[in-house]
Amino acid sequence: MFKDAQAVKDRFPDAVLGYDDFRNQPTITVKPESAFETLRFLRDDKEAGYDFLVDVTAVDYQDRSRLGRFAVVYHLCRMETGKRMRVKAYLPAEDPEIESVTPLWHCADWAEREVYDLMGVKFRNHPDLRRIMLPEGFEFHPLRKDYPVRGRGERDSFVKYDPEDGL
Amino acid sequence: MGIESRLPTFVTTKLDWIVNQARKYSVWPMPFATACCGIEFMASASSRYDLSRFGSEIMRFSPRQADLLLVAGRVCLKEVPVLMKIYRQMGEPKWVMAVGACASTGGMLDVYGVVQGIDKILPVDVYVPGCPPRPEAIIDGFIQIHKIITGERIADRKHGD
Repeated sequence: MFKDAQAVKDRFPDAVLGYDDFRNQPTITVKPESAFETLRFLRDDKEAGYDFLVDVTAVDYQDRSRLGRFAVVYHLCRMETGKRMRVKAYLPAEDPEIESVTPLWHCADWAEREVYDLMGVKFRNHPDLRRIMLPEGFEFHPLRKDYPVRGRGERDSFVKYDPEDGL
Repeated sequence: MGIESRLPTFVTTKLDWIVNQARKYSVWPMPFATACCGIEFMASASSRYDLSRFGSEIMRFSPRQADLLLVAGRVCLKEVPVLMKIYRQMGEPKWVMAVGACASTGGMLDVYGVVQGIDKILPVDVYVPGCPPRPEAIIDGFIQIHKIITGERIADRKHGD
């Protein structure tokens, strides 16, 4: 097992649900309620020292995972050595919610807003959880798999320019 | 040379013709470049393709000074009010060119967040095909704009300011 993943498992034996190193890309799956503590450990521990949060993203597995429908994925990197690691937390289909990591890495702010906008995952204690890409008032979270690719008519709902309107 | 002194001091012509001639060779574009088509447009403006041969070398990033709104790239839902505002700020006479497949039809981005062709929201004069179009195609788009201008009567342009 990858050293840092082992360290997490030793520190939080109850939190880790799974481990995978497909193509030497270590991924640990943790319980959503302990994701924040795990990530703080990975950031602050001298050996691990993941000082850079590459991205926060999410996957909609629909009913293909027994752990939950949505997976929030944290991509970590240590700038000094370039080593990388992935932390996953599965959330239920109803009301998916997880602790924000913005207090740990400030750059998580916009990444979490993107996940909220497109996937509908809520982040507790996020400083400013608004839509970031879609216009305010958009009603759905379109990256969910049950949303039609061509949308529900939002893209055709504009009024064409009419010169008679003046300015 | 003294040749000026031998020229007549006036010529007779049609007002439409002389005004259109002036408009034709000073089409100042306002580039609304959102994607790779914008890069191709930069190439057409640079020395190798040299758009200034056709009088369009001056980009105007203030819509109030521009004649041609050049939409190069896809327009997302959130950009629609912005594009509309820019178009409304442009003074008459004004023309619109949709550069590339995305601006013309939505192109390969047949998804919820992309306007399926800017002609859904604006009156488009010229569509330039390509993904992205070559600079030659963009230059041809300008030639088509010139042709449109040649066929216009100045009295036709009565809207706006």
